Amino acid sequence: MINLSDFLLVSAGLFCIGLYVILTKRNSIQVLIGIELMLNAAILNLVAFGKYDKISNGGQTFALFAIVLAAATTAVALAIILNVYKKYKTIDPGKTDHLKD
Amino acid sequence: MTMVKIMFYLLGFIVLASALFIATSKNLVRTIFMFFVTLMALAGLYVLALADFIAITQIVVYVGGVLVLMIFAFMLSGRETLANLEGRQNHFVSISKLPAFLLAIAFFIVIVNILFRTDFNSLPWVNDAIAQKNVIAPNDAMTGNIGVSLITRYLLPFEILSILLLAALVGAAHISRKEQGA
Repeated sequence: MINLSDFLLVSAGLFCIGLYVILTKRNSIQVLIGIELMLNAAILNLVAFGKYDKISNGGQTFALFAIVLAAATTAVALAIILNVYKKYKTIDPGKTDHLKD
Repeated sequence: MTMVKIMFYLLGFIVLASALFIATSKNLVRTIFMFFVTLMALAGLYVLALADFIAITQIVVYVGGVLVLMIFAFMLSGRETLANLEGRQNHFVSISKLPAFLLAIAFFIVIVNILFRTDFNSLPWVNDAIAQKNVIAPNDAMTGNIGVSLITRYLLPFEILSILLLAALVGAAHISRKEQGA
């Protein structure tokens, strides 16, 4: 079977790419995609370690919870992005820099 | 080299390559569709990690839900955003991205360093699990197992999560409704 370290290596690479995407993109939707990449790296870790927990299923259950939480996060974040677009006519996080009044 | 190993390296390569494409591409639509490829390959990796139920959930929730939401948000946020994105300077490597690049590389070096210092064959809890035959075998049926532990051992987090989902749904509907003088 595949070693644990191979999974962790892929997940480390995915996490760092997600970090880079969050830091460089000038578009809120792409920043959100970066966050999703980092979340998926964490889920991959949970699943890889979950192989050694057959009886209580800790890793796989919390991977499920993390996926559902990510979906809820995305729904709220996209609603916020749409509102920000209505107000500022841009979704560049660097340009939305003042409060309501 | 067994078949499983070949599949793992192929899927891992697809995951990392499509994520790198997301990191370098300027086009939002291509980014979203490449994210789709990343998620599908990740579902394949979950299958190879013996978590088939998680893989199906990943496909249903992420590909069916999150991606459709993202495409919706992209279409609703109008043409100006797209024109804005296209008109930017087209350098592949620009100096303003250097700090982010250095930070990501430094993070990667730290994580990989920890990985190579860890001796995965002598982790005590992994050895305990192997000794007690607590390891998932490739021909185990895990879906029923997960279902039972979801409503016995993890019942409280499950219920809290359902309340949180309800709150998130109501909140998202409230935020995105049309404001009428409120």
